[in-house]
Amino acid sequence: MINMINLTINNIPVSVEEGTTIIEAARRLSIRIPSLCNHDDLCVSGNCRVCVVEQVGNPTLQAACATPVRENMQILTNSMMVMQARKTIIELLLSEHNADCTKCYKNGNCELQDLSNEYRIGNQVYIDLIPLKHYTIDQSSPSLIKDDSKCIRCQRCVRTCSDLQAVSALSAAYKGSEMKISSFYDRPMHEVICTNCGQCINRCPTGALTERNYIDEVWDAIYDPGKHVVVQTAPAVRVALGEELGYDPGARVTGKLVTALRRLGFDSVLDTDFTADLTIMEEGTELLTRLKKVLVDKDTSMALPMFTSCSPGWIKFIEHTFPDLLPHLSTCKSPQQMFGALAKTYYAQKKGINPKDIVSVSIMPCTAKKFEATRPEMRDSGYQDVDYVLTTRELAIMIKQAGIEFMKLDDEDYDRFMGESSGAGVIFGATGGVMEAALRTAYEIVTGREVPFQNLNITPVRGMEGIKEAEVKIENVKPDWSFLEGVTLRVAIAHGLANAKRLMTAIRDGKVVYHFIEIMACPGGCLGGGGQPIPTNLEIRKKRAEAIYAEDENLPIRKSHENPEIIQIYQEFLGEPLSHTSHELLHTHYVPRKRY
Amino acid sequence: MTGKKQNDMETKKLTRVDYIFRPDNTCLDTLKKSLRRDRDEIILELIDSGLKGRGGAGFLTGLKWKLAKEAAGDVKYVICNADEGEPGTFKDREILDRVPRRVFTGMALCGYVIGSKEGFLYLRAEYKFLAPKLMSIMAEMNQEFKKLGLDFTLNIRYGSGAYVCGEETALIDSMEGRRGEPRNKPPFPVTEGYLNKPTVVNNVETFVNCTIIMGIGAEEYKRFGTDSSRGFKLFSVSGDCSKEGIYELELGMLLSDFVEEFGDGDTKAVQVGGASGFCVPRKKFNQTIIGFEGIPTGGSMKIFNSSRSMYHVLHNYLEFFEEESCGQCTPCRVGCQQLLKGIEAVKSKQRSSSYLDELVKLAKVMKVASKCGLGQSVGNAFVSIVDNFREEIIY
Repeated sequence: MINMINLTINNIPVSVEEGTTIIEAARRLSIRIPSLCNHDDLCVSGNCRVCVVEQVGNPTLQAACATPVRENMQILTNSMMVMQARKTIIELLLSEHNADCTKCYKNGNCELQDLSNEYRIGNQVYIDLIPLKHYTIDQSSPSLIKDDSKCIRCQRCVRTCSDLQAVSALSAAYKGSEMKISSFYDRPMHEVICTNCGQCINRCPTGALTERNYIDEVWDAIYDPGKHVVVQTAPAVRVALGEELGYDPGARVTGKLVTALRRLGFDSVLDTDFTADLTIMEEGTELLTRLKKVLVDKDTSMALPMFTSCSPGWIKFIEHTFPDLLPHLSTCKSPQQMFGALAKTYYAQKKGINPKDIVSVSIMPCTAKKFEATRPEMRDSGYQDVDYVLTTRELAIMIKQAGIEFMKLDDEDYDRFMGESSGAGVIFGATGGVMEAALRTAYEIVTGREVPFQNLNITPVRGMEGIKEAEVKIENVKPDWSFLEGVTLRVAIAHGLANAKRLMTAIRDGKVVYHFIEIMACPGGCLGGGGQPIPTNLEIRKKRAEAIYAEDENLPIRKSHENPEIIQIYQEFLGEPLSHTSHELLHTHYVPRKRY
Repeated sequence: MTGKKQNDMETKKLTRVDYIFRPDNTCLDTLKKSLRRDRDEIILELIDSGLKGRGGAGFLTGLKWKLAKEAAGDVKYVICNADEGEPGTFKDREILDRVPRRVFTGMALCGYVIGSKEGFLYLRAEYKFLAPKLMSIMAEMNQEFKKLGLDFTLNIRYGSGAYVCGEETALIDSMEGRRGEPRNKPPFPVTEGYLNKPTVVNNVETFVNCTIIMGIGAEEYKRFGTDSSRGFKLFSVSGDCSKEGIYELELGMLLSDFVEEFGDGDTKAVQVGGASGFCVPRKKFNQTIIGFEGIPTGGSMKIFNSSRSMYHVLHNYLEFFEEESCGQCTPCRVGCQQLLKGIEAVKSKQRSSSYLDELVKLAKVMKVASKCGLGQSVGNAFVSIVDNFREEIIY
């Protein structure tokens, strides 16, 4: 039985469930109370004070985001006292903020800018504190830039990093006027535990945390007549890019994305989904091999459960946080890196292009991919396999710069080859997608039959639950796989690193037993990645997920092993999964890292 | 000893009393006697005594204990706030040095009443030198509790030097091993405090008062002070005075009597309640009652004579706040910087004197919009000094 609380907001009566905050109650009355530290994905903080409201009878103002409603409360959201305080607070924030808006990367997508615009903050009342502070910009990370002069200390990033991601690379440091958001002993971001996931960027209301952008470098490559610029697009980009270019969340813009990339001048527009399918072939085979070694050969050096390795934020997280579990990681590179390695080998050979003249660009929903591309082991082609990684947001900027009217574009198809994909490759973009794709293929390899789920939709592994688990009983197997007869394959999926940490801890403590585990660093999987359009929240991520699954349903091929280009690359180039060439180009290794 | 009435307010003559430091060995007897009493009866007696928290905020101690007792949960905590950091306050140190058993007895009483088995002394970093002695007394008392059949253990935790950790929820965060930042209230510590369990946080002197009340009874205690401010309290007297030090005085006296007793004959202003308190100019001495009906104080009384520049006094306080704000909430973090830079700009004529009016408005916003008592009280000193000594700030 839920207790209902009656109150009035701006003299309008409203009845809401006990525990509702004032800001939520006001929303029911279509009253928006501005806030900068509050975020749907995060716990309450109540520190920016922009949302203060008057509670009749109380001499002090209350933070609407942090105050639960009480019976007979009378709340005023726009009284003189409130407006004066709110305006003063915005002015204070601006006095401590490098408000050089026209030169800011976040110009046009900044909550502080919006607010100062709404309140028409004109002449600066207070003293500009910025010249007194001697800020430096941390550009050490290949993934993100941290500019403290833009920081308003709302600590959304801190809560994201600790609560959503259990990383805690960022925390509040020092006090008073010196208070700032910092890393372990103020070390540069590339030296600390930061996983480069970019979730902080997605939630930063200002330009204090942004992706490190490579837009100019990519333009230079395109303009260079001596370079052949290939571009790959990750699955989650096609269901989110539209948000930056006029569409509502959930719009599928795959065809327009391809057209736009061609118009930008890329020489070949290819699809990361192709290497997602390839990942399934390699990783699925690796899983079956591990199972055989453990179950039949009783090989104790093989670690089960096996963990997926597609998410570079997750990789860096486990390297820092659970280095003892590294043997559990699949040795497969992420689809981006498989693509990169193949672009400068297989693709170059087939096209007759010298790999040194190929510039490999990827469009990713992810900031950690920028770091991943710079890892020293990611040079198996003899060159840096992926040269530049752009986020969904950076691509949108390029499209706008090029004057492309995105919504009016016709749909076009990816180039061949390394452009064909299956629905299994597409769903890599959602949490549970790699698992579903792997099961569709592995089950069929072992039994010769399709997975026993209606229309190939393995629904137990879908959805936004933080940790999901599922079981598939394997029966009537093909003779080669007789050791799996009757085995119940137990799998688990976690997304968001806090959930990953919970799952890893349970595994380390021996509390749970699985065979295969999918981990994605970001909430919702890649569709909620740190390079995706801002804002983000659960509703938006659900819409993107729906779009991903619709994309899958609409593709004629929905199983990785049926992708004709995959069949072709094994025939022409790789031989078979886990072959020598595969190992050279498509697999990698990991390094333990320090705990801070 | 009821004194003269002024503006219909009851006041008391300045009277020195001797309860807190009076040497005696009755703590254990008081505890023994109280353990035989009904818990609610003790709460009623505390409420009846009118004792308000001695940290400065002035919440009824008995009511706080009642709320914690009634809060759901098997595990509850008692915390003694010994993070004495208000500029000009140094009486808790003296209490812990001279009569720690009275403090610990008060904590044990509280543990008994609310049903807590563990109490912590949160000792400010600068008082660590007291720790060896305090810990050995704690160990003795823990044994005594056991003998009395009271399941209560005393323990010690240290601050790290942040002023804001005197704010009870920041203190709790600090005890939990986190950065000390005030929490949103509600929930209050009495329902969700240390480790999210019901917790009573009281000042050192408050616990001592509880022990005293249990010893002498509320009736006797109520003879002291006024309706709004019962009892007596310790004052840390400093500045331009004839006899600085710690004095135990009955509550409800007029500031004029206080200045007559402690001033150097040339007193221009008294800062009542430390940096977070109010500055009272000479002309208001005889209208100002020291107590919850007038200006309450955690004990700090700073006396300034005519040789002092109130600009420097204010500048000093603002420097303190600019550094000691936790930095979490906007009004306090940025407001403190703006007030400090603001008076500097007015003084150096970079801003006109009317900018002071903007700053007063800002200080008032800080008072209503800051997250905790720290930010809410910066305006006290600022507005009272600027209102009363405007020329000194400008010229």
